[in-house]
Amino acid sequence: MKANRIISLSTIAAWAFALLWALPLIYALWAAFHPAAYATRFEVTAPLTFDNFRHAWVAAPFPRYFLNTVMLVLGIMLAQFVICTLAAFGLARWKFYGADILFALILIQLMVTPDVLILENYRTLQHLNLIDTLTGVGIPYVASAFGIFLLRQAFKTIPKELDDAARMEGASTLQTIWRVYLPLAKPIYVAYGLVSVSYHWNNFLWPLIVTNSVETRPLTVGLQTFASVDQGIDWSVICAAALMTSAPLMIAFLVFQRAFIQSFVRAGIR
Amino acid sequence: MGRGKARAVSSVRQRHLNIHIQGWLLALPAVVLLAAFTHIPAIKTVIDSFYSTPHGVRPARFIGLTQYQSLIADPIFWRAFTNNLLYALITVPLAIGFALVMALWVNGRISGRAGLRLAFFTPTILPMVAAANIWLFFYTQDYGLLNKIGRALGFASVNWLGDQATALPSLMAVTVWKEAGFFMIFYLAALQQVPPDLYEAARMENASRWQVFRRITWPMVMPTTLFVGINALINAFRVVDQVIAMTGGGPDNATTLLLFYIYQVAFSFWDLGYAAALSTVLLTGLAAVALAQFFLIDRKVHYR
Repeated sequence: MKANRIISLSTIAAWAFALLWALPLIYALWAAFHPAAYATRFEVTAPLTFDNFRHAWVAAPFPRYFLNTVMLVLGIMLAQFVICTLAAFGLARWKFYGADILFALILIQLMVTPDVLILENYRTLQHLNLIDTLTGVGIPYVASAFGIFLLRQAFKTIPKELDDAARMEGASTLQTIWRVYLPLAKPIYVAYGLVSVSYHWNNFLWPLIVTNSVETRPLTVGLQTFASVDQGIDWSVICAAALMTSAPLMIAFLVFQRAFIQSFVRAGIR
Repeated sequence: MGRGKARAVSSVRQRHLNIHIQGWLLALPAVVLLAAFTHIPAIKTVIDSFYSTPHGVRPARFIGLTQYQSLIADPIFWRAFTNNLLYALITVPLAIGFALVMALWVNGRISGRAGLRLAFFTPTILPMVAAANIWLFFYTQDYGLLNKIGRALGFASVNWLGDQATALPSLMAVTVWKEAGFFMIFYLAALQQVPPDLYEAARMENASRWQVFRRITWPMVMPTTLFVGINALINAFRVVDQVIAMTGGGPDNATTLLLFYIYQVAFSFWDLGYAAALSTVLLTGLAAVALAQFFLIDRKVHYR
């Protein structure tokens, strides 16, 4: 009896807390789906509308921002897959001269992340003529210590007999990676891919510095540009725009909740 | 016979040589990019901090520790530094504490677990800029929800982001809100690893809920706490998105944090030498955390 009451109290506390946690989002959803007049008036009979989304969509070049972000996150992910796979395979399988020192040097990037080096990296991009390009936004992140680390761990668990067998059949190194290692490490690629896409979908400071035109700006920078230009502070439209930029990731998360959470855990616990 | 053996040895040696060359070839793209965008810029940042900022035709010249002297004399630097320290000291334990409580709730046999998990984790998925704009609305003085609730309870309206006293805590709330759910999933994974017979034994001994937490749960999730703590600490010193989106460092530098100040000095004032000195301070701090992690985590986490 007493235990029951304690449990239900704890349940109520949990739900109250969850409601509090969801409040900002619920509030944003309310404002985004109702006419501006109801943004802060909570009446059940308030009419629903898509006008705020429609307004945001045409008031700023959001379609282009979406395209930029999609190209950016996919481009970074594919480049990371290729470059990190090659390095991780070498480091996992071959004791080549200097492999240990090299690995230690690579791991430095886990601490000294590109966002701390914005100034020097910006000057490097100037030399390479990559300012205001999507390549420039992505390139500092392509050789990712995190990805190399993750894939190296995964490759180490793959039995060596398998790639000896592939070699006996005359497969080259690249063919062995493609036929043996890629399929067996698939869950790690999924996990790494999800983490990478969510990170770069949300990344802000570096793209803000590097881009200065509609053709290159990703969604986060576009949203900030849109919200900081005087909109007559129409909060309903700003909320709609903020939700819109998050929508693809949010929907993907709602659909593949388990995969997302597992991926983050798998990528986080080393 | 002898010749055949010699040939075999030389082919083995050749294969070994091949492995060294191939190993470096495979790593080459990553090595070049990492050197170009991590190692060389890090070293150049430190070197640049000993030089003056070039102006037009006047090139940068070596000025020793002058940048660091002006840094020590710069009240805004100290403001950013203490702000950032406060930010870390307050948001890290709060986010970790909330994360653990959330994980305990979601891990237990509670009705509507899926809904709870969704409510806690969803903020993590949002871009910080989107979250910041939503919270801006939340904090608005006249019709923001926070002040509406406050007024309903009889409090005066507060200009949350415009007041020196409340601006930084208001930003901290956004960080905690966004990070706690992320850390929760690591605790969830850790809680699922705790052997059930430990709880079984505790039940036999009639241990109280607090005793179970103190004696079993807390020690068992310790490695996760360290891992999450280090990550939260690093993140706290890289906070910048919400400062740009919500306050621009104001009012009167009350919300200026280190990375934001670097961004401002580098890209608004174009004082490159000084920005390099500021970056060096941040790099040193991160290196210190890295060393702490090396000595702390590597010793304590191995029984995972």
